[in-house]
Amino acid sequence: MDDFTLPELKAEAEIPKINEGAMSHSQPYVAAPDHQEALGFPGELVDDWHDKAIAKMGEILDSQRALKVYMDACVKCGACTDKCHYFLGTGDPKNMPVARQDLMRKIYRRYFTWTGKWFPWLVGAKDLTREVLDEWYTYFHQCSQCRRCSVYCPYGIDTAEFSMAAREIMDHIGMGQKYCNEIIGKVHDIGNNLGLNPKALRATLEDLEEDLLDDTGVEVRLPLDEKGADILLITPSADFFAEPHVDGLLGYAKVFHQAGVSWTLSSKASEAANFAMFIGSHDQMGKIAERIRDAAMELGVKRIIVGECGHAWRVAYNFWDTLVGPFDFLDPNYPIPQHICEFTYDLIQKGELNLDKSANDHMTLTFHDSCNVSRASRMGDMPGGQFIIPREVIKACCNNFVDMADDTIHENTFCCGGGGGLLTDDLLELRAKGASPRMGAYEQVVKDHGVTHMAAICAICKTQFSKVMPMYGFGMTDIISVHELVSNAIILDGQETDDDAEEIEQETAEQSVEDQKSEVEGAGDE
Amino acid sequence: MDYAVNGQTIGADEEGYITDMSTWSKELAGTIAVEEKIDMNDDHWEVVNFLRDYYEEYQIAPAVRVLTKAVKKSLGPDKGNSKYLYELFPYGPAKQACKIAGLPKPTGCV
Repeated sequence: MDDFTLPELKAEAEIPKINEGAMSHSQPYVAAPDHQEALGFPGELVDDWHDKAIAKMGEILDSQRALKVYMDACVKCGACTDKCHYFLGTGDPKNMPVARQDLMRKIYRRYFTWTGKWFPWLVGAKDLTREVLDEWYTYFHQCSQCRRCSVYCPYGIDTAEFSMAAREIMDHIGMGQKYCNEIIGKVHDIGNNLGLNPKALRATLEDLEEDLLDDTGVEVRLPLDEKGADILLITPSADFFAEPHVDGLLGYAKVFHQAGVSWTLSSKASEAANFAMFIGSHDQMGKIAERIRDAAMELGVKRIIVGECGHAWRVAYNFWDTLVGPFDFLDPNYPIPQHICEFTYDLIQKGELNLDKSANDHMTLTFHDSCNVSRASRMGDMPGGQFIIPREVIKACCNNFVDMADDTIHENTFCCGGGGGLLTDDLLELRAKGASPRMGAYEQVVKDHGVTHMAAICAICKTQFSKVMPMYGFGMTDIISVHELVSNAIILDGQETDDDAEEIEQETAEQSVEDQKSEVEGAGDE
Repeated sequence: MDYAVNGQTIGADEEGYITDMSTWSKELAGTIAVEEKIDMNDDHWEVVNFLRDYYEEYQIAPAVRVLTKAVKKSLGPDKGNSKYLYELFPYGPAKQACKIAGLPKPTGCV
């Protein structure tokens, strides 16, 4: 196990003492040549990497005007400096958002501005050296692209755009990250991040159907590749594989069952995640999104619903239409795409779900807003729907709900520490330390309100928390899926409940008393 | 990060997962387990053997839920839960047990 000391948890995030170079050793593994080449990137660092990098940067600046504006707009006001969870958790000044931006801004000034070309020392312009490149690799892999800093920046400068662009440039010179690029390759080869092939997926779903039948006495299905279904569900492959994710999947299945809709999963598009966003590759992002559109058309569905996955929802909500749209073959009477929480919320509003809140009485819940849902997309048709809808779903399913502190929820939410392509074991120290602001806010509601569990709607958040919560003295299973709460509370038509079981026991007991009585009476007749 | 078993060198990636599955042997599993600070007993082997059998049929490691159910069947209900699996493999049954069983690392948001 890695050897490092965790920061002390604070109820309110305090500005840490500056610790220069504290995380300079933290780098993820570099992608192997075959992982690089499978995505059309050079296998290893090319000889003319310097010129290629500058050329690629020029291309990106030309095509993405936001990034160009961000390069020029920063006035060094400092509002962002204490907003990044990685800075708060590590004290490394290079994890201040403005410092992270400046890693690229100084190169921008040197090669793309007049003053930087002629008077570099006046404007902080620097040559792109191997040292700088290594620093890029280190610190652009210490940004989870959560965009919290952009909320506090008076100009709205989004550091995520810098780290996406930097990773795109590094991929194109042969210096990609193993975790993301290996996974994207698996999506192309097999259909999902996990490498779960159709045979294994089908077997897993059948196994889960057995569990659902055992638990409820109702035949709740998890259909796969069923042509003619109305709804295609796109969900992270972690929902098929990991804990606590899988209980969320069972929750979706129960909701669909109770709603009486026909739905299906797809083995071709058995993944909602789109890690291409993390590496800033629009080209790869389009290819990954395309297969979802293809699957929807092949299956002939009318609607697409997205399961609990943070960045997938951003890609679906914000990028699908531009990248691979139009989705005019879908039913325009429903949101395109629709979030599973919107679907469940809608049924709750209509009173179509029978929910027994007491099924979750053993827990007191709080909700962790996931970055990409909170700051990069929306839900429903009301402002702030992405905050309201998941909470309303939770509150409809449990009696005990408490929010964490205001400056750590909604658009101010803290990243779990593992987003943006950093959910890998080789970055565990960064992940653990970066989780500390969220863990501090969580600890506060645990102490003040007896909160026992945190619910989330993102596969990355769930995995990250089940890993880091025990490090901070909480339970590994204290993180759960929102739809696990739904699954616990929902009473399906025809479902055997504990009350039923008691009634049956009672009836059987009464019956046997009756039987005994009549036997006695019968005996008397003789 | 290669392993040495019976005078042979077995290739592995940076994280200790062997790169050629056909090089796996029980001795190698023992060597990997030592690296992982795990003292292999019968229950550990039960899990490792199940993983290898499952992989042979499906070319992927089983979902954690599938694994716990299998363990429940063979080792009893008190051991058929993820808590027990984490006691056996503290770094996570999926990743650590796969490494010892010579299977590829499960990737993604897991």
